[in-house]
Amino acid sequence: MNLVAKHLTYKPDDQYHLNDVSFNFEKGRLYTILGRTLSGKTTLLKTIAGLLNPDSGNINFEDKNFSKVPVWERNVAMVYQQFINYPHLSVYENISFPLKQRKLNEENIKKNVEDALKTVGLVGFENRKIQELSGGQQQRVALARSLAKKAKILLLDEPLVNLDYKLREQLREEFKTIFNEGLANETILIYSTTDPQEVMELNGEVIVLDEGKVLQTGPAKDIFENPINLKVAEISNDPPMNIINGLKIDGKITFENINIKLPKHLSQLDNKNYNFGIRSSEIKLSNSGEEFEIELAEISGSETLLHLKRGSTKVIALIEEVMNFKIHEKVKVVFNSHKFYVFAEDGKLISSPYRIKNG
Amino acid sequence: MEKLYKFLKYTFIILWTVFIVAPFLWAISTSFKDFQSVNSKVTYIPWLDFEPTLEGWRVLIKSPARGGVDIVEPYFNSLFVTCTASLISIVLGTLAAYALSRFTFKAGFVRNNDITFFFISQRIMPPIVLSIPFFIFLSTLGLLDSLIGLVVVYIVLLMPIAVWIMVDFFNRVPKELDETALIDGCNPYQAFYKVVLPNSIPGLIVAGMFCIIFGWIDFFFAFILTFTEVQLLPVKVVALNSSITPWWSLSASALISVAPLIIVAFVVERYLSKGNLSGALK
Repeated sequence: MNLVAKHLTYKPDDQYHLNDVSFNFEKGRLYTILGRTLSGKTTLLKTIAGLLNPDSGNINFEDKNFSKVPVWERNVAMVYQQFINYPHLSVYENISFPLKQRKLNEENIKKNVEDALKTVGLVGFENRKIQELSGGQQQRVALARSLAKKAKILLLDEPLVNLDYKLREQLREEFKTIFNEGLANETILIYSTTDPQEVMELNGEVIVLDEGKVLQTGPAKDIFENPINLKVAEISNDPPMNIINGLKIDGKITFENINIKLPKHLSQLDNKNYNFGIRSSEIKLSNSGEEFEIELAEISGSETLLHLKRGSTKVIALIEEVMNFKIHEKVKVVFNSHKFYVFAEDGKLISSPYRIKNG
Repeated sequence: MEKLYKFLKYTFIILWTVFIVAPFLWAISTSFKDFQSVNSKVTYIPWLDFEPTLEGWRVLIKSPARGGVDIVEPYFNSLFVTCTASLISIVLGTLAAYALSRFTFKAGFVRNNDITFFFISQRIMPPIVLSIPFFIFLSTLGLLDSLIGLVVVYIVLLMPIAVWIMVDFFNRVPKELDETALIDGCNPYQAFYKVVLPNSIPGLIVAGMFCIIFGWIDFFFAFILTFTEVQLLPVKVVALNSSITPWWSLSASALISVAPLIIVAFVVERYLSKGNLSGALK
């Protein structure tokens, strides 16, 4: 009774949009697809919806071959990143449109639409025209339309990306409640995003996609703690994880004339070059630290992002207060070596601070 | 400086308006005159300068046998040919344009853009180039000098306009709108007429207006492809001009032939300036 995909491949031009994607999605669960722009997220969702035909591979749903079922008979719902509604219809007519297509009776339609409007907080807007709504409200209408359908597969393609910061925060909070309470147990919810924070907050099963290929799957916490390679570490962190190429000799690593003492579990590694990954929140200002030059200081909300440089090594440090820095000023920082990830030169994860294993 | 600019602006607007409106006023005035009022002295204003009469208008509907010129039949011929051809062009043109905008066609080296260009190319050629093939085509089919033949030819002339305008319009309607309709349970035909078409009304109006205007004012093909049985209005009006039809009847016939276009222009202008239509889609 699951949504099962096997070896989906789609290559319309010289680049893979989907490259051998397989998965097994269970009912009543939330799946988040994490990947950068153009990583194939939309292609994957459209393939599930039936808007695209993969070159090879197939999808089964409820033990039936889905590939033979046309879009309009698939019972899926989709919310796009652009706010797509029917401009010629009112809010009520928009939400009831898919229900009318399914020829539900008037009473049922009315009840479903009202429920959906309540869920997205648009009661009282029934007779408004779409053009009279703000972007956030338009996206709520689109969400309400997909909820009212009670589809078995609900696809959300970066639904928050075109909204402003505040609305995004607010809708994200609401999404969590909607997903937890408002959904029937048989719905498979698939949510795609570029934002690691969204993935962590929604806390579903994560599929990390890059250039059409699945890099890693697992619970959000697992992706965050144990990215299997450099690429996943990059995609699943915002700001991206700092990667420092350094030479490990005995109990310390050396780069740009800096020596950092390694914790015990890392000092057992072979002596050679590694890529050390460290989150920007694990780099702190300290007078006892090493000197770096400031390239750029970004203030976002209550935090300051410092882009630092020393020789050819560039790192980003996240300072949890608003501070004013001058560009080209020198600051001293320390690295929390207990939080070092170690990746091999080919990118594979060797050691994670969250799972200390055989060395 | 501000005042001078305003003064010049309004002067220009007034002059231009006079330039546009004066011939119409003159024609309206003349159409109500009789022989006396036209030939004795210069007169302008009815009741004050001359006694208005409906004689000029009456002549238009009288049969030639009773001294009239009878433009009623050509008038309805023109209405029929223009409306039928425009309607068919819009229907076929819209369907073609939707297909060209949404699906990818491949036939040898021919692609969507080539097909669109093929439609437009029918309008690039000077009409005279098309006249001989059309003549032979219609005469082979036995449709020369008939309303059906004219409708067929006008469809060839008008459909490219409809295709051209609608392709451009559909290209600006986001593809995601069709996709959403499909996901919401419409088959491709329903997606087209339940979702895409209702959101394309501004485009349809503009395309329809152009078809009606170009169909109504065509003289050349109406002149070449008809002889005695069927006559269209532009040909009839020109024929009046060259015969001994009096000035007042000529004025009346000129006015009545531009009337439909003026009505179309006013109606369409109202419709388009409602705003919610033109701004329906981002």
